[in-house]
Amino acid sequence: MRYEAPASIDKAVALLAAENGMSRILAGGTDLLVQFRSGSPAPDLVVDIKRISRMRRIVAENGGFRIGAAVPCAALGEHKKLVKAWPGIVEAARLIGSTQIQGRATIAGNLCNASPAADSVPALIAAGAIATILGPNGNREVPVEEVPIAPGKTSLQKGELLVSLFLPARPPHSGDAYLRFIPRSEMDIAVVGAGVCLTLDEEGVCTAARVSLGAVAARPLLVEEAARALIGTRLEEQALKALAAAASAAWRPIDDKRGTKEFRIRVAGVLARRAAERALARAKGNKIRGH
Amino acid sequence: MPLDQTAKSGTPFSKVGTRPLRPDGLDKVTGRARFGADMTAPGMLIGRVLRSPHAHARIRSIDSSAAEALPGVKAVITAADFLDRQDEHRDILVNVMAREKALYDGHAVAAVAATSAAIAREALSLIKVDYEVLPHVIDVEAAMRPDAPILHDNMFTSGVEPRPSKPSNVAARYQFGHGDVQAGFAAADVVIERSFRTEATHQGYIEPHACLASVGSDGQGELWCCTQGHFMVRDISAALLGMDISKLRVTASEIGGGFGGKTTVFIEPVALALSRKAGRPVKLVMSRAEVFRATGPTSSTSVRVKMGVKRDGRITAAEAELKYQGGAFAGSPVELGAMSAFACYDLENVSVIGYDVVTNRPKQAAYRAPGAPMSAFAVESVVNELAERIGMDQIDLRLKNAAKEGTRAAYGPTFGPIGLIETLKAAKAHPHYAAPLGPNQGRGVACGFWFNFGGQTCVSLNINIDGTVALAVGTPDIGGSRASMCLMAAEELGVSYDRVRTVVADTSSLGYNDVTDGSRVTFASGMATIKAAREAVKKLCARAAAIWGIPEDAVVWEEGQARPAGPNAGAFPPLSLREIAAMAPKTGGPIAGHCEFNAENAGPSFATHLVDVEVDPETGRATVLRYTVAQDAGKAVHPAYVEGQLQGGAAQGIGWALNEEYIYGPDGRLQNPGFLDYRIPVASDLPMIDTVIVEVPNPGHPYGVRGVGETSIVPPLAAMANALSAATAVRFTELPMSPPRVLHALEARRMAQAAD
Amino acid sequence: MAARHVRSIINGDAVEFVCEPEESLLDVLRDRLALTGAKEGCGTGDCGACSIILDDRLVCSCLVLGVEAEGRRLETIEGMAQHGELHPLQRKFLEHAALQCGICTPGFLVAAKALLERNLNPTETEVRYWLAGNLCRCTGYDKIVRAVLDAASEMREGRHAA
Repeated sequence: MRYEAPASIDKAVALLAAENGMSRILAGGTDLLVQFRSGSPAPDLVVDIKRISRMRRIVAENGGFRIGAAVPCAALGEHKKLVKAWPGIVEAARLIGSTQIQGRATIAGNLCNASPAADSVPALIAAGAIATILGPNGNREVPVEEVPIAPGKTSLQKGELLVSLFLPARPPHSGDAYLRFIPRSEMDIAVVGAGVCLTLDEEGVCTAARVSLGAVAARPLLVEEAARALIGTRLEEQALKALAAAASAAWRPIDDKRGTKEFRIRVAGVLARRAAERALARAKGNKIRGH
Repeated sequence: MPLDQTAKSGTPFSKVGTRPLRPDGLDKVTGRARFGADMTAPGMLIGRVLRSPHAHARIRSIDSSAAEALPGVKAVITAADFLDRQDEHRDILVNVMAREKALYDGHAVAAVAATSAAIAREALSLIKVDYEVLPHVIDVEAAMRPDAPILHDNMFTSGVEPRPSKPSNVAARYQFGHGDVQAGFAAADVVIERSFRTEATHQGYIEPHACLASVGSDGQGELWCCTQGHFMVRDISAALLGMDISKLRVTASEIGGGFGGKTTVFIEPVALALSRKAGRPVKLVMSRAEVFRATGPTSSTSVRVKMGVKRDGRITAAEAELKYQGGAFAGSPVELGAMSAFACYDLENVSVIGYDVVTNRPKQAAYRAPGAPMSAFAVESVVNELAERIGMDQIDLRLKNAAKEGTRAAYGPTFGPIGLIETLKAAKAHPHYAAPLGPNQGRGVACGFWFNFGGQTCVSLNINIDGTVALAVGTPDIGGSRASMCLMAAEELGVSYDRVRTVVADTSSLGYNDVTDGSRVTFASGMATIKAAREAVKKLCARAAAIWGIPEDAVVWEEGQARPAGPNAGAFPPLSLREIAAMAPKTGGPIAGHCEFNAENAGPSFATHLVDVEVDPETGRATVLRYTVAQDAGKAVHPAYVEGQLQGGAAQGIGWALNEEYIYGPDGRLQNPGFLDYRIPVASDLPMIDTVIVEVPNPGHPYGVRGVGETSIVPPLAAMANALSAATAVRFTELPMSPPRVLHALEARRMAQAAD
Repeated sequence: MAARHVRSIINGDAVEFVCEPEESLLDVLRDRLALTGAKEGCGTGDCGACSIILDDRLVCSCLVLGVEAEGRRLETIEGMAQHGELHPLQRKFLEHAALQCGICTPGFLVAAKALLERNLNPTETEVRYWLAGNLCRCTGYDKIVRAVLDAASEMREGRHAA
């Protein structure tokens, strides 16, 4: 295994393009090193992107934010403007593993690891985040929901590098939230995750909504039926019930060591509803306590 | 910072009962303390173990030639490198290294020693094992069926008359009790019978097993390892390797948790065999996955309990049938589970039957009060249901039937002074019991018992020339026991706490000591320390008598000084321990006290736990809101570490109750061999755990000490189940009460209510 | 496989070492630099026993490559006591009997230090969540949480007094 820590994106792309064997990007390493440890074949080349200063930054852009692929989750919570604009993204990032993990793990890595249960991904999908990907054939912009395609697999082509995630400007009267279900209070993989982002008009009617669920299918997905249950309503009881039903009906979860299918279906609806209520409170400007 | 923070109090003790800093504390907060994996040796090799991926398979052959040929590989061993013993060590021998068959996923089949970890790993991949995969069985009930795959052709159930003609997976049947249970049930107003199941849980110590072995061509060996009993490691390893016991010296490292799981050997004989073959020291450290797959969890169980009660709250009869699987070998703790099941109650009619069952899982190891939490879960759940049915307070019903001095226990003996009633009263009087509960919240109570053990113990106490004291004990310190030993020695000698230094001596320095288990150390090593100190005092008095020229019996020892016993003995200024020690070279040489004995009359410890939980009705997740432990310590030598034992046991029990479990796939492989999916409680899962130390002195110890380490894990399973039941109006009979299971039960109740 | 030469600052001292690219920082600390205070409880970032501070971030050293330490500042448990004087957290852990076996203690101390460097007035809940990645199987966390809160209180008073 060769380890390289280039100082520029161009150098990183060139290294990846030149490698004939298996190469892996090292961002936070919190999944990659566990994979090494579990006996997965070691890659021929590891490209550490943490020495690339552009990828270590969160910058304001067009009213939104661009988050470099090497920014650790802990840094998201320390960025006051980001926390104010996208609290749901930040709360999702701050749920990934422990304090120690958040000191290393990145949301770009969380996305590219392509786990169906990745905590930050439903929140990113709900927020309409865009991934910027650089490769031998240049730049492309992709909605985050199109990055993971199956457990452990992404739509990135050989030699491509996810450089940053762009969070658009948050419209007025909007709010986002992410909730997950785990058996303990911390340190578990999501059994179900739900991200909701919604926008209200001046009268408090929902004009736009995005709902995303994690850990209930082979990849985190955008659930349009669930969003439709909210649009045009004030999130009254009936709308929330319809949302929960749509969330529960949406996908085909599995039985595994972390939860039963029956449990996932039921809790997907519960969490979608709770996340929607949380997002609604934020859209109305209400403060919400953590934990 | 002064180590000695002891202060005089109103008790007969001046040291015991205070809370000084522990003597090994500084090393442990600075990273200096050396645990199992922290030792190295010149020329050291790294060992690795190859483990079976199959739950049950015949080993047709093992070809290690390619591994042996790999540069850097210095030794490869298999079962052939151990003596093929057929004696009482047979099961351990086969568990340490599989012989004809691999009996569980993770069973060791070969091991290598190489110049680096990477080479050792590569060497493992080059060993070819030809397996014939056999049908396997994981579940205890399934293993007892007549058509179950048989693990051992020579296993005929013991305790059954006549002896069975066919082999089975039931190693033994046990029975205890007295009275006439049928008559008892006939006299009852309410009879409840329920079946319960618990999953296997692991001790979950944070330190994986680790050792460093070195055996020379002269046959002499040294072993450094983390263990609860280095004398046990020495004797068993010597037996497996065919060494003289005297030729193997074992030193116990600091130990990063054991809870019973480090009371046997796994890698130690393997490292010794590798070292012997390679002629170089070998370090062998388990990975976390190996710890889960190959070391002992506790049993999974199936328990049926039937109890009858009169309307006035008197329990008339109790019956239980326990089935515990103990992994691939005989020896599940079902006998202890059966003996302890009804120990909290004064019963006229009681009958308990237990079955020890083998399955294709790792050999179970002791886990804190082995066997007792599971039977207590079943019994204490039924006791609460009896209380509900007759409309009696859950503590009052227990008080009415509580075992006390003179009660004949179901397992035979008659109790001496015990503190169960005191713990129940302490729980009832605690503000916790009166705290208001909100919606979806419930309160559970449960009691627990543990026998406590004494056992073989040997200590040596030496008075140094400067008047300090060197105490050598042979029981590894797993929770602060060196502090307790220093306190007891200081108490007897009348010196300050920080003038006593206690070490855990190696196997060549002391006589045999049983393993640190059975909550025995503060009791047994403590009593040995007291006896050794008293012997030293006797010698100190004799030296003073000689100096003064008066008879030995005319000298008394008070507050660390020899004094003439009275005016008739003569008028001499007292001689301090320090003064006598300084004169020792001229008055007869070194002064020491020793004790070697087999400690008896450990005195059982009882506890009552209170817990409040809140259950999320939409997800089934339970949150622990409040937790209180009341337990009898006899006499708390170092109350801070007694509290620590009570809190730690409660936390482990909460984990067992809510989320911990061994999860097997249909292929018989363990699916969650890591701390990510084997979910022990984290800091944010728990509230503060309040403790009430009750002190009903144990007459079997000079200070009244009872062991406290184990009882604290016995009540939580049932206390949690009772709390969840109170919060949800659903009776939970299966552990863990994980969210999917709880939500499923809540949905079933809602469906049933909707149908009504 | 080609070993790499790495230079770091560990507990204030310039340190150079050689390691393989796939070697974890924890293995480097323990096996190459004899800094065995960081413990391996799991090797997968689930127990926190190997916690260190890497350029002001609390991390699990088992999830960092040794080569990543090039040019970085590392703080380990061995550097926590300064000039023979214990850090208030170390002292409070002893006074509160916040350790039993002690294997998790270095990780808890390093993690708690990272917390108090950011927030000297944490609530019990904040302490519990910050430390959720540090497993302790002995204590039930009660005395650990009390020790951290007490150390924070003492450090706040010390700051006011200064």
